[in-house]
Formats: sequence, structure tokens, C-alpha cells
Amino acid sequence: MKKEHQEYREKIRAFAEEKIAPLATELDLKQRFPNEHLKPLAEMGLMGMVVPEQYGGTPVDTVSYSIAVEELSRVCGSTGITIAAHNSLGCFPIHKFGTEEQRRQYLPRGTGGGELLAFALTEPEAGSDAGATKTTAVRKADHWLLNGTKCFITSASHAFAAIATARTSAAPGVKGISSFIIEKGWPGYDMGKKENKMGLRGSDTAFMHFTDVKVPLENLLGNEGDGFKQFMITLDGGRISIGAMALGLAQGAYECALNYAAVAEESGVKLSEEQAIQWKLADMATEIEAARHLIYGASMMKDAGVKFSKESAMAKVYASEVGNRVCYQAIQILGEAGYRTGLFPAERMYRDVKLCEIGEGTSEVQRIVIAREIIKSVTG
Amino acid sequence: MDFRLSEDDLMIKETAADLAAKRIYPHAEKWDEEEALPQDILTELAELGYFGMLLPEEYGGLGLSTVTYNCAMEELAAACAGLMITLSVHNSLCGEAIYRFGSDDLKKRYLPDMAAGKIIGAYCLTEPNAGTDAASIKTAAVKKGDSYVLNGTKAFVTNAGMAGIFVVFAVTNPGAGAKGISCFVVPKGAAGMTIGAKEKKMGLKASDTREVSFTDVVVPATNRIGDEGSGFKTAVILLNNGRIGVAFQSIGIARAALTEALKYSKERRQFGQPICNFQAIQFKLAEMAAKIDAGRLLAFRAATMKDAGENVAMESSMAKWFCSKTCNEVANEAVQIHGGYGYMKEYAVERYFRDARVTEIYEGTTEAQKMVISRHLLKD
Repeated sequence: MKKEHQEYREKIRAFAEEKIAPLATELDLKQRFPNEHLKPLAEMGLMGMVVPEQYGGTPVDTVSYSIAVEELSRVCGSTGITIAAHNSLGCFPIHKFGTEEQRRQYLPRGTGGGELLAFALTEPEAGSDAGATKTTAVRKADHWLLNGTKCFITSASHAFAAIATARTSAAPGVKGISSFIIEKGWPGYDMGKKENKMGLRGSDTAFMHFTDVKVPLENLLGNEGDGFKQFMITLDGGRISIGAMALGLAQGAYECALNYAAVAEESGVKLSEEQAIQWKLADMATEIEAARHLIYGASMMKDAGVKFSKESAMAKVYASEVGNRVCYQAIQILGEAGYRTGLFPAERMYRDVKLCEIGEGTSEVQRIVIAREIIKSVTG
Repeated sequence: MDFRLSEDDLMIKETAADLAAKRIYPHAEKWDEEEALPQDILTELAELGYFGMLLPEEYGGLGLSTVTYNCAMEELAAACAGLMITLSVHNSLCGEAIYRFGSDDLKKRYLPDMAAGKIIGAYCLTEPNAGTDAASIKTAAVKKGDSYVLNGTKAFVTNAGMAGIFVVFAVTNPGAGAKGISCFVVPKGAAGMTIGAKEKKMGLKASDTREVSFTDVVVPATNRIGDEGSGFKTAVILLNNGRIGVAFQSIGIARAALTEALKYSKERRQFGQPICNFQAIQFKLAEMAAKIDAGRLLAFRAATMKDAGENVAMESSMAKWFCSKTCNEVANEAVQIHGGYGYMKEYAVERYFRDARVTEIYEGTTEAQKMVISRHLLKD
């Protein structure tokens, strides 16, 4: 770990503990979106981590970005996913695939003003099979006509703009999908009800409904038909950030259990003196460290400009499963107190981290990606 | 060895399943969200005899065996684990404490009303600093004339807000360790008893869990259950009931999760086919089903041995540990099979996942079960 990364972590950790942590329990209990976090997050440069300075961003390398998501999630998963989705899924594709005009129009608002961008890919009938998108965009004289429904969209109701994928031709499968930048408030672009979720209850997740939404021609993102390719590239990066989020939640729950075990006693013996508890803690720490290496490794590959699809899938599936195991055992160490909501953060983190095995490609999808890559390496 | 249930067991099981399907399952999501059980379902259950399942007919009970009773409890747990635990604490801990160990006077005073559901029982063993090591409880009962004066605090008391009687364990002979503990019936409203606010929990939210504290509560000596100093032995014997009950509860939750996962995997289409066509999903389902059956057999072995009057300390711990572990694994996979939908509260698997978590914690943590099992294995 480079010195600059250590310093960056210290800076983000101090910020997260001071500004983000105090609200985490309340956001969860009240299912409240952390509006007041957005400005401070923007001021810390955490809203434009993948965007160059000329568009208002505060660019950092991918290792630093992973550290930032990890440190935010270590105290508040809802803030972690909001930031991960905004940067990886909102800002990244606009910068990567957008025109100069599009970048200037959307990125400064997203990076500096504390406003969010969203990514609308999943549909009720197109989850793991994202190529099965049913939303359509039909080309008219001076606009596209967008119709369809998207679900489980992070920050849906709070985002001022979103990237939405839609089928633009009858071409079968993945070739006929394109993406568009759409703005909140356009006629026919409506939000469905907010989802009531197991965890990440401070984050905003909702359906989006498109009924004859007129999308200006210039709001096509990249080339027509490139949508599938674009979101595969976008998700490669997004997966690292969900892995980093799981890592941060694991770290938070582990610290919670470790601190508890060091002081709590049963029969006059500290929990940390019991071998069964020691071994749990040892496994938790070891697995967290292994997950951290996978995530930083995939981050470095992304920064080096080499293909990292396999590595980001490995980092995501491993870190999210470690996250679940670690949060599970953290509750076990806390005992009945660990089952109470709002008492120790591990309870919230256990509910939060389950999403990391599902969102941005389930663990099953990650294994499909990994298997495809490794089998291809021997069969050509 | 007969692995089939008797006609009577089947009849009770089917009756409970029918009630669960019509009157419990359709409301379970709402009760979870509202964090309470409505009076009408409690009244209905009382009229049907569900509050006197283990008590003999002379007190107005149904006089069911451990096996038959748990056949019904599995069905109720599959529909609403929070409701099931409400009945379980009342029947297998409180009712049994008085019936098995109480005086004739106590039995006559309380059992008919308990069997009729007019008095609900709460069980006060665990304390903030005495969970796994129940012998280290601090609540004191000091004898004064014909009464005892109770002081102390009990934690995680199920049914505390609705209970008419509290079965309370307290130290009557400090310094005598486990042999200095006695058990009392404390009626609701006793002067000096404080019932805390309802606690927020990850799951089992329909059940009522609170802290209960005693400040100079005067309890007549006639309310002592069994001899002075016999409390811990009573607690240990009753714990076997509790553990067998949690084993069946775990199997109920797990089985319900598998049912939902099977149904969903047949309906949900991705990549042009139902997801149950994919081998990864098929193998998940196979493992879930096999583990549930293995767990149920362990639970039935413990229940059958208990009915035969054998010592079931090790067998009930084995059943409780294995079933609770299975329950969490199965609920986790059921959420995973549901993908994003599994994280949403409209889908029952979301609730099963949260309910499952406590099964490895209460009635003795997994670690406590392993202590019991290994102690038995190593004792000769």
C-alpha cells in the first residue's frame, strides 16, 4: 500500500466518522435518504472520483476510489451504495461514452452540486439476463420515444438524470440495445413507489416508468446499438465498488465484534479469551484481508488499463460472500444484543451486506463471468 | 425405526397447516411490519387450544406429546415465526415450568387460564450480563418471612408486553452457584416490576420482546416453582423443550423458504427459460431439501426420545444447532434464488432471512450447543 493511499484512507475515515457515521442508525430506522450528506460528500470530492477536473471532478485512481467506498460503507452502507452507484454507474458511463456536450451538460451538476446520477438497467423481466431488456426507444423525426419499466434503480427518485438502456432495433439479443441520458421531470418519466428493503434502507431504490418519454436525439449515449457493450464495461468497474462496499461493511462489523469481545465477559471470562471466539475473529480478519487484496488487485488492473472483467468478478463475489460471513459471525459474537436493531451496527450491516451478493450481478452471475473467462483461456 | 408420522400427528399437523395457510401466512408480512400480533389471532388461537397444547386435559389443555406438538409448531413457524415463538415460550417453557415442577396450588391457580389463553406466559432467564452462562444470573430473591424480595433485570423477554405471568429465575443462595438459583411465578402488575419498551429486532418482529426489571418486588413463597435451589435444574430441563422447539421452528422457516424458492425458480424466466433449468439453481435446491430433511430427522429423534422419558440434552443440542444452521443457509439461498426481489419486503423470503438469524442465537447460541455436545462426548 502506497503512502498516498494510506493518507487518503485516513482522510476519508476521519470524514466518514465525523460526518456520515452519526446518522447511519437513523437513516436505517426511518428509511430516510441522506440528503444532508450530499454537499459534504461533494466537497470531499467523493461525487466525482472518476471524472476529470475540467468537468468538476476530483479524479483519483481506482484503488483510492475503492478505499473511499470501503471507508464510507464501514460506517454506513446506505451512503456507500449511493456514492458507489453515482460514481461507477452514473458519472463513469457519461464520461466514458458521452460526447463533449453531454459531459459538460451533466457531469458538473453531478460532481459539484451534490446532485446524483442514476443508472437504469434492470427490468422486472431482465435481471441477470440484462440483454433481455424490453424497454424500447423508437426513433422519430427529432426525438426518441421511450417506453418501458425499470426496477431496483438506486437513487431513482433523487437523481436529476439517469442513463437508461432500451431496445432501439428489432435485432435479436444484445445488439439492438442502446443507452440514453434522461432527465427527471420530462413528461412521461415517472417514479414508482420506493422499495421497502431488508437493508440499505437509507438508500433510495425505486421503479422507473417511461410512457412516451420524448428523448432528444442528442441524448443517445455513444453509438446506437452499443448499449450492451457499454454496460458490460460499466459493470466491470461497478463490481469493484460493490466489492469495496461489502469489504467496508465487513470491516465495520468485524471491528464492532472485536471491540465487544475485548470487553464483554461470560462467567468472568472475556469473550476474547475463548478459543471459539478467537478463531472466529481470526477467520474474519483473514478473509477481510484476502478480500481487500482482490479488490485492490482488480483496481490496479483497471488503472493499468488491462482487461479486468475476471478480476472484478472475483473480487466482487469473494468480498460480498466474505461480507456476509463476517457480518453473520459478528452478530454471533454479540449474541442476543446483536439481533437488536439500532444497538450495535453489526445488525444493520448484516442486512445491508446481503445486497452485495445480489446487486450489480448476483454471485451466480459473477461465477458465470469467471467461468467463461477461465474456460476461454484453455479452449480459446 | 419408523420415519412416518402417526395418524394423530398428521391430523394435528394438517389442522395447523390449514390454519396457518388461511389465518396466519396471509398477514405475516403485515405483522412483521407493524411489529405486533393483533388480538383477534391470539383469541382465535386460544379458542382452538393453541395455548394449552402440552397441558393435560384436567387443566383444559390438549395433552399433546412433544412430537405431536412440534408437528404443529413447524407449520406455524413456516407461516409466521414470530407468532410461533409467542406460543412456544408460553407452552413449552412457562406452562411446562408450572406443570412439571410447580405445586398443586400453582397448577390450579394458573394452568386453566394459561391453557385457555387468558393468561400468557413470559420466561425470564437471560440477563444483560448472563446469556450463554445462565448460572451466572444476578437477579436476587431474598427470603423475608413468607415472601421473597426480587431485585434485578432480565433481558430479551419474549411476550413481556402481553404476559399475565412471568416465570423468573433468581438467586436465593448467593455463593452456591447453579445450586443457589430458584424459580418463581410473578404475576403481571406486581409492585416494583417494570416492563420496558418493545425492542426493535432484526426479525421475529411480530413477537414482543422487552426488558423486565424488578425493584423490591415481593413474591409470596407459595409462588416458588419447586424447591429452593432447584431453579437451575428446572431451567436446564426446560431448555431441552426450548431447543427442540427452536429446531422445529428452524425447520419450519427453512421449509417455507424452500417452498418459495422452488415456486419462484419455476416461474422466473431468464435467458429464455425458467431458472430452475440451470444446474447451479438445481443443486442449490437439492442441498436445501436434503439439509432440511436431515435436520427434521434430528429434531424428531430428540422429540421422540423426550416423549420416551430419556435424557435428551445432547440430542436436543444437536438438533438445535444443525437445524438453526440449516435454516440460515437455506434462507440465504432462497433470497439468492430470488435475486433482487428477495431483498424486498413483499417477498416472504426477505422475512425468513431475518427471522432465521435468531435461531442460532437464542435458547443457547450455537456455541453453547457445541459446549453441551462436546461435554457429553467427552464425559466418559
